[in-house]
Amino acid sequence: MSSNQTHHRGRIAVLFVLLGICMAGLMGRLVFLMMYRSEHYSEMAQDLHERERIIKAARGRIIDATGTVIATNRTVCTISVIYNQVKDRELVIDTLCRELLLDEESVRKKVEKRSSREIIRTNVDKETGDRVRNCHLAGVKVDEDYKRYYPYDTLASKVLGFTGGDNQGIIGLEVVYEPYLKGIGGKILTMTDAAGVEIGNTFEDRIEPVPGNDLHISLDVNIQQYAEQAARETMERKGAKRVSVIVMNPQNGEIMAMVNVPEFNLNDPFTLNVEAPAGITGKEKQELLNQMWRNPSINDTYEPGSTFKIITAAAGLEAGVVGLNDQFSCPGFRVVEDRKIRCHKVGGHGGETFLQGAMNSCNPVFIDVGQRLGIDNYYRYFEQFGLKKKTGIDLPGEAGTIMHKKENMGLVELATVSFGQSFQITPIQLITTAASIVNGGNRVTPHFGVKVVNADQTTVKRFRYPVKERILSPETSATMRYVLEQVVAEGSGKKAAIPGYRIGGKTATSEKLPRSLKKYISSFIGFAPADDPKVIALITIDEPQGIYYGGTIAAPVISDIFKNILPYLGIQESEEETASAFPIKG
Amino acid sequence: MAKHNKPRRFYDYSLLFCIIFLTAFGLVMIYSASSYTAQLKFDNASYFMMRQLKIAALGLGAAIVISKLDYHWYARFAVLAYLLSYVLMIAVSIFGKDINGKKRWLKLGPVSFQPTEFVKIALIVLLAAVITQMGKKINSWKNMAVIMALAVPIAGIVAANNLSSGIIIVGIAFVMLFVATKKQWPFYLCGVAALGVVATAGPLATALEKIGLLKPYQLSRIHVWLDPEAYPMDGGYQVLQGLYAIGSGGLVGKGLGESIQKMGFVPEAQNDMIFSIICEELGLFGAVSVILIFLFMIYRFMLIANNAPDLFGSLLVVGVMAHIAIQVILNIAVVTNTIPNTGITLPFISYGGTSVLFLMMEMGMVLSVSNQIKLEK
Repeated sequence: MSSNQTHHRGRIAVLFVLLGICMAGLMGRLVFLMMYRSEHYSEMAQDLHERERIIKAARGRIIDATGTVIATNRTVCTISVIYNQVKDRELVIDTLCRELLLDEESVRKKVEKRSSREIIRTNVDKETGDRVRNCHLAGVKVDEDYKRYYPYDTLASKVLGFTGGDNQGIIGLEVVYEPYLKGIGGKILTMTDAAGVEIGNTFEDRIEPVPGNDLHISLDVNIQQYAEQAARETMERKGAKRVSVIVMNPQNGEIMAMVNVPEFNLNDPFTLNVEAPAGITGKEKQELLNQMWRNPSINDTYEPGSTFKIITAAAGLEAGVVGLNDQFSCPGFRVVEDRKIRCHKVGGHGGETFLQGAMNSCNPVFIDVGQRLGIDNYYRYFEQFGLKKKTGIDLPGEAGTIMHKKENMGLVELATVSFGQSFQITPIQLITTAASIVNGGNRVTPHFGVKVVNADQTTVKRFRYPVKERILSPETSATMRYVLEQVVAEGSGKKAAIPGYRIGGKTATSEKLPRSLKKYISSFIGFAPADDPKVIALITIDEPQGIYYGGTIAAPVISDIFKNILPYLGIQESEEETASAFPIKG
Repeated sequence: MAKHNKPRRFYDYSLLFCIIFLTAFGLVMIYSASSYTAQLKFDNASYFMMRQLKIAALGLGAAIVISKLDYHWYARFAVLAYLLSYVLMIAVSIFGKDINGKKRWLKLGPVSFQPTEFVKIALIVLLAAVITQMGKKINSWKNMAVIMALAVPIAGIVAANNLSSGIIIVGIAFVMLFVATKKQWPFYLCGVAALGVVATAGPLATALEKIGLLKPYQLSRIHVWLDPEAYPMDGGYQVLQGLYAIGSGGLVGKGLGESIQKMGFVPEAQNDMIFSIICEELGLFGAVSVILIFLFMIYRFMLIANNAPDLFGSLLVVGVMAHIAIQVILNIAVVTNTIPNTGITLPFISYGGTSVLFLMMEMGMVLSVSNQIKLEK
């Protein structure tokens, strides 16, 4: 048997040293991994382990000018079942069927399905949710959630808009003011194992949600409701397709009401407000829904017709090409170049002053004013009054003006534009321009948003809107107020008159394209008090049946609305002095 | 003082304590690493721990019995055991239980075990016996070749189904030969070559793959090793999860039982990757302590080998020392992604019945050698 030699001892010692070096190397590697790379790997591991559950933030409310809440949140519950945690399956099925009024078969299918979480029902009201929770069934989860709720259902539906599944704004003010309303979602961070099962007794990190801010708007529920009622009655009485009413403060552009009947139910925005045709496809239904959600006051353009004579008159007076007492004659038509353009009065108005022409809404008079201005001047005023640009209203999807290009405009086009035809603008554009003409000549920005207030009732932001001053001289503005007051006092808009109030206004009856269809839009724009306008309103009645003259069917509606809202707005009846008593400089 | 003629004999209680400590620590870590998944799978949190405990206790008993035997006695079974290991390896290649395309388990009646563990111990005994027989002739090239010829074919068969065990077997033979001969440069050359391969692994592997020496899947393993974060879903998953565990341990760890990575993220955390859970729970402090205990164990092996009464005993201990050291170093190197991923268990700590049983028998042999050391005076 060989002995254990010194040589072997030496080699064994060398071996030990080499192994020791290897292990020291590994220890060095561990120091590197666990000290210098620790943060990196810890972070990646944390990411892997943590599960985020989002806590929705309560969306800010929308509050009207009177302090009434018109959009708020309701707590709703989502009831779900966790398969692994259910103990008594039959009891769970039984209870859920009874409380949620569901049929047993569908509940049984869900309860017996092997899944990590099966949602039984969403949008369960809080009361029912609480009742289910109080049954203390193992494996049944009741999660609370917020759902947007509109206490007035249809009120200003196309203005307010509604929210989608993630509580995000879809149309209307809900979209535009999304950043202020939505708030910041909270989080619950829990640790999970590789299968995604939450680990009990571990640290739970909770980040509380920050609720959204409240939006205060200029809309007044009372005015809106009254206008809505008037519009609906008109629509029904006249068999019209649509009726829109805008009520605005002409001094600052605050909109008090914007009605577009038929409105739809904001709490059920995916149900059509008309009888859906049978056999409708999903795509067709979506198209109809999009139509239903449209706000025609802003999203659609039309030929304004005679109400646009306000603009022609203001331009003519401002340029000095016409005075109130200038004499015109109307044979019932006017020939411009090779075209014979008719007046609405077939026999003609005969000889008349400019003021009378305005009161008669006489087309040849305004054609003459337009021709006196010329294309360049007319176009300049058109742009100066802000008609080429959008109004900048705080609602999505405002349509732009459809106007002839200046270089394509001939005298015939100029003539038709002069009395409001052959181009298109939105109702909001018309009322905003008219307001700017009668308010002393300052172009205002129509708007709803007034301020944003947080949960502590502190004003976070007060909105400012641009005002373009002196698009018109104050004198011309005053003259225009006088002219339009005369239109209501004795002219075509006399059905808008209210005893004791000084009302100004202008009627219009626009023929829709193509003219052969003989479909009309009747409209009236009115303001009060005529000497110092505090409120301006525009009604457009789309495709009325029977009598369609704006002066006959549109003016009385505004009169009716004014009769009710003027006292409400604190506008006193004036003394029995007539407007004509004031000396007006031609 | 001696009442008997028998000389006083040494018994390495330090080593015995080391073995018991590591085994007990291993049981604690197996419980910690596996309880969560065992509860889910078997409805019994201590499933893996209890199985390991029974086999470890049996193994410890066997070790103590073996340690009281004269190790020269089982030298005579060396050739038989060596032949048997061929039989077992061929049997496992044919009848073995196929798991993931690898045949590693042989079922004999009610027990199934991994014959590769037996091969290791048989080879250690055989090589020790053969080298002792050769005496000074071991310094010749021819006899060195004979030794390698004994080890390489069986290692080859093992490697067919278990590459890492094949490497360990060659490694054991290599180390025993290194201690036995007077030749130096072939070993240092091998060492330098190995370091060179590791340092240039990326380009080298690409080149080898191009000329067809490496299969594409082996190349992708190399790529995963070099940058596991680039392959989080494919090959890199296990390594990356291990690194997460190690990295999130920090200096003092999350505390015993507090690992998150064991909850299904590190696959079979009680097996090959258990060291990563040790790192996560006990931190750098605990991980270094474990390495130091292994180093101490190897130090004890060295003492016993140096003081063994004869070359045979010394070589037996060197073989066991090589076995333990290679497995510890390779395991930790894999877990820390220092070398490409290959399945190697951490001795005494990783879960595995066959492994702990044969390890205990090896420990019995070492203790038996220690017991033959005569204390002077």
